[in-house]
Amino acid sequence: MDPVRDSARAIARAVNSREASAVEIAEAMIPHVAQVDASLDAYLELTPELMREHARKVDARVAAGETLPLAGVPVAIKDNMCLTGTHTTAGSKILENFVAPYTATAVQRLLDAGALPIGKTNLDEFAMGSSGENSALKKTRNPYDLERVPGGSSAGSAASVGGFEATLSLGSDTGGSIREPAAFCNVVGFKPTYGRVSRYGLIAFASSLDQIGPFARSVEDAALTYDAIGGHDPLDATSVDRPLEPTAGFLREDLRGVRVGIVKEFATAELGAEIDACYRKAYADLEALGAELVDVELPTAKYGLATYYLIAPAECSSNLARFDGVRYGLRVDGADVGEMYERTRAAGFGPEVKRRILIGTYALSSGYYDAYYVKAQKARTRIAEDFARAFERCDVIASPAASSPAFGFNAKSDPVAMYLMDYYTIPVSLAGLPSLSVPCGAVVPEGGTRPMPMGLQLATPLFTERALLGYAHAYERATMHAEKLSPIEVATA
Amino acid sequence: MASDRIDIRHVARLARLALTDGEIATFGPQLGNLLTFVDELGELDTANVAATAQVIPSRNVQRDDAIRPETMLSREDALRNAPRAQHGFFAVPRIIAEEG
Repeated sequence: MDPVRDSARAIARAVNSREASAVEIAEAMIPHVAQVDASLDAYLELTPELMREHARKVDARVAAGETLPLAGVPVAIKDNMCLTGTHTTAGSKILENFVAPYTATAVQRLLDAGALPIGKTNLDEFAMGSSGENSALKKTRNPYDLERVPGGSSAGSAASVGGFEATLSLGSDTGGSIREPAAFCNVVGFKPTYGRVSRYGLIAFASSLDQIGPFARSVEDAALTYDAIGGHDPLDATSVDRPLEPTAGFLREDLRGVRVGIVKEFATAELGAEIDACYRKAYADLEALGAELVDVELPTAKYGLATYYLIAPAECSSNLARFDGVRYGLRVDGADVGEMYERTRAAGFGPEVKRRILIGTYALSSGYYDAYYVKAQKARTRIAEDFARAFERCDVIASPAASSPAFGFNAKSDPVAMYLMDYYTIPVSLAGLPSLSVPCGAVVPEGGTRPMPMGLQLATPLFTERALLGYAHAYERATMHAEKLSPIEVATA
Repeated sequence: MASDRIDIRHVARLARLALTDGEIATFGPQLGNLLTFVDELGELDTANVAATAQVIPSRNVQRDDAIRPETMLSREDALRNAPRAQHGFFAVPRIIAEEG
């Protein structure tokens, strides 16, 4: 059993059958992660003592006769999720010294399932970004080319799994923050239906969109994680109170009888010849598995970005009002309490967070509320209706996960250029749909030397996670794209 | 001029955010560009369309009016991250002016 390279399923099987112990796995992973992370900088904090403590607990539970779905599986947690006693920074200076006093439900469920926490991973500040570069604390590198971004906002969660410094990780996705970095780092990234995974203990960005989900090196492992973390939680009022259909045992090997929607408005020709060829091949591979390709239209999808960049900042400006220097986080003193608020927030937030707070405050302010915020909420309705209409003709929609492979650091200085990376993921997020990115090949990017991974986004109707993971599994097993690339660290080790 | 569309000092005051002159010079045009970008929503017909605040079927969620000890922080834990605490409370600058 190889704790670095093996699947979560294989590790759990070995630990449950007592062929391997969780303590051995922890002792093997701790020095390995320290070494690899010297190059990748995926982690903001490593938690070796906590990992050892959980390893001992898992071994004791297995010895007592329990079988745990994630027994001994090394996991990484995006640092906008609370884990008692660890720093939980959201990648921001304003929370740089914050220590979580409680544990997020999704994290707790992962640990209860037998997972071992390696540490907390880097992210764009408050999960706002598409490259990882907005972290105020660290620069995470892409494991497939250290001079390129890992994607964002779940930068470290994607890089750690792609770079074999974690078997699984948790990320959060508001407009593409799991799917885009998954595509950049050659891993599977899965965002369940809004409300499927509890947000309790997740630092809020845009509450009507935020959703926690897994990164894994296979669809099967992502499904295993989802089965462990999903389901109703009374501590999150937006968590959906309907039974979770377990996905284990329901993954498919072919796509016979499945109608795959190819979106007319998402034509890939304008993304360049190589990228276009990559996606055409992916669609052909779906067809070769027995799927019927169906043309569908999403005429309002092109308004997704504009809609999102009003709704998400509006919700962010409201959510981030709590960072005022009173109860937790940074405080910068002022002559009076108002000045204290203003100086604290000025010193604690980075430029992208400030921009979004400003645009959100503006969109919600008197005189502009109807023209911007309500208009965007109505546009959101139209976008969701378009998807519902498209799903009358197909079972799953296939598209790119991102507009390009991973780009270089500092390549997107204009905020709107950065936002365009999420062109394909944002409409899906606005509709709340379950969706994932699965590796679909590689393209040598402009100015690059190495082939960089690409991701295929699949999206299905609300609450159809089992079907979605089944389709993705069939595609993955038939193509095995992830295994055709090796990350730099592992290749040279 | 795009940056004329947003009175950034006013918005920053609403957001309780102190901005430097440099930030005002940078953010002004950037936010103006973003507003120009979102203007395309004007093309979209939303007459007689309901606003979506939440995409999943949902209703008001109520909980029992009971204490749940497992979700409560002790006073000590609640104050542990406080920038300043005094006498078991969060301490803030004086809010009410002294008389006279």
